[in-house]
Amino acid sequence: MGYVAIKGGQAAIEEANRLVDYHRVKSGRYLDVETIKAGLKPLVDQVMSESSLYDEDLAALAIKQAEGSPEEAVFLLRAHRSTLPRMYYSETVDTRNMRVMRRISASFKDILGGQILGKSQDFRHRFLDFDLVNETDATVAKTIASFLDLAPEPEPLALTAIPKVIDYLAQQGLYHYPPLDDATPDDITKKSLSFPSSRSQRLQSLTRGQSGAVISLGYAELRGFGISNHPNIGELRVGMIPLEVQGLGREEPYYFGEIEVTEVECFVAKEVKDEQQQVTKTFDIGYGITFGHNETKTIAMSILDYSLEQNDKAHPTSNPEFVLLSIDSVESTGFISHLKLPHYVTFQSLLDGIRSIKEKKV
Amino acid sequence: MKYQGNYGFLDELSKKEIRRSILKAVAIPGYQVPFASREMPIARGWGTGGLQLTLSLVGPQDCVKVIDQGSDESVNAVSIRQLIQDTTQVETTWHTREATLIQSRHRIPEVPLKEGQILVLQVPIPEPLRSVEPSEEETRKLHAYGEYSLAWLKIFEQIIKFDQGSLSADHPVLVNHRYLMAPSPIPRFDNPKMNYNEGLILLGAGREKKIYAVPPYTEVKSIDFDDYPFTFETFAGKACRLSGLTDVFLDEIIDPKTQTASYQTNDQSYLLEILDEREKEKHG
Repeated sequence: MGYVAIKGGQAAIEEANRLVDYHRVKSGRYLDVETIKAGLKPLVDQVMSESSLYDEDLAALAIKQAEGSPEEAVFLLRAHRSTLPRMYYSETVDTRNMRVMRRISASFKDILGGQILGKSQDFRHRFLDFDLVNETDATVAKTIASFLDLAPEPEPLALTAIPKVIDYLAQQGLYHYPPLDDATPDDITKKSLSFPSSRSQRLQSLTRGQSGAVISLGYAELRGFGISNHPNIGELRVGMIPLEVQGLGREEPYYFGEIEVTEVECFVAKEVKDEQQQVTKTFDIGYGITFGHNETKTIAMSILDYSLEQNDKAHPTSNPEFVLLSIDSVESTGFISHLKLPHYVTFQSLLDGIRSIKEKKV
Repeated sequence: MKYQGNYGFLDELSKKEIRRSILKAVAIPGYQVPFASREMPIARGWGTGGLQLTLSLVGPQDCVKVIDQGSDESVNAVSIRQLIQDTTQVETTWHTREATLIQSRHRIPEVPLKEGQILVLQVPIPEPLRSVEPSEEETRKLHAYGEYSLAWLKIFEQIIKFDQGSLSADHPVLVNHRYLMAPSPIPRFDNPKMNYNEGLILLGAGREKKIYAVPPYTEVKSIDFDDYPFTFETFAGKACRLSGLTDVFLDEIIDPKTQTASYQTNDQSYLLEILDEREKEKHG
């Protein structure tokens, strides 16, 4: 049969897959999951956060399989997530009970409970450390020993009830807590995002947004295409929160472990009218929280949460459809990459249209 | 890597949820039913909406056909068919008549659908008004009011500029006199096939999280003006170089040596069937 179309698809795919498998290990070296968990924690955290799946082992496995590409690792984990029946929601967590490992405020110097710098690269000079090229078991052991020699005694109990900076602002009459909204939050992975969107839909979209996208839009918001000029970080916390589930055949909620989160409240000065209809200023907050230790993303999330609350369509970063429908990693990378698929028929259709315009003009 | 997951990839509760959305879509022809689209093992924009429909519906008694731009052998069709087969061990076919479930991107097969057959179309942009109204909140209102003048206005503008109302694929249709619908980027040539067709047509948009449907025997009309009626791509004076067919959508193939164009039937399995039949006749 003289038929030759786009044949050979099957064989081409198999070869492409074989190349991927080969190139991942062609040097004879390979990463094991434990090494990834130990040495690439920020990447593991980024992938868990963007995947909406808190599991360090699976995230590390996804990173291994994806050869370190965050978009590919998130894709793998999100797809895996689709195979898991979801039976329960955890009980509401009060982040006031966070076991804090790092906590700073850029708004007040002396905060109740103190500033706790914790693990942070912020003040490290970013010189390439060429010693790491030749890192050995011995040099690693030395680093561990010298840290432990000087490490202070841990005070875990004192770190679980640290007051919130926002409470101080409220005491001063500069912030008014909104009325408690105890409605069951929407879950955009069970019922798709709809517009007008709810606050819980916005927060959920932002927290699972692609880090780069959330950071870039947050930056655009404060740089000049948004409504707020310069928010202040009221409080940034990194720490562990406990999770419990109700209704597993017991009266008491069932405790099933703790997860690490990053939480940010940013303060934004806002004009309001007081009781005498006089214009005055007060503070509003933007809120961010993410799985793992993801500071820049969480700050950007808090900026975008604030700007989206304002529902000011004139600014792109206050338009929920623009922001929330643009930041999902699986959606943006998927649709961009679909341009690689053949478009022969649609292109032929367009070609036909353009040619007939030209013919009419002749 | 051997498949180790659930039948049809998705967990059973998710499949049930998707089937419920399908029922709603069938009950309201052309209406976009929002659904909690799951992330799939293939990328968003590569047919995840269609795939979720297929995997929620497929069972051991089915026979599945997958085509991409008219071809069963195109890489993405191969990839999707493989995924369906790996996760279900379902029988697959190239023949449109044999299939109970056909997943397609950008084409409706040349062989007309029969009762009992389901055609699943992959949809990139389910909102027919999106090119004229970027906001979802607004377009939902326009659908509720049946306010579609923007869509006609767009065609009117094309007529003013180019003296013709239909220019490319994905030409909007009015379903059952009520909902304006994006038929997915099928060529205009395929639009009339939707009208009163015998099979069930389901459309799935994974990234945009919408499911909609054209039930059997439903009126589907491509929108146009009385004095500028809807037209589809013409292949006047051209014929398939292998079969001589003239009543099918043709691919334009450029000979790299002579730089001249020739034409070939785009629906690959239909072409093969025709050629096979003639081969048989020739050799008795």
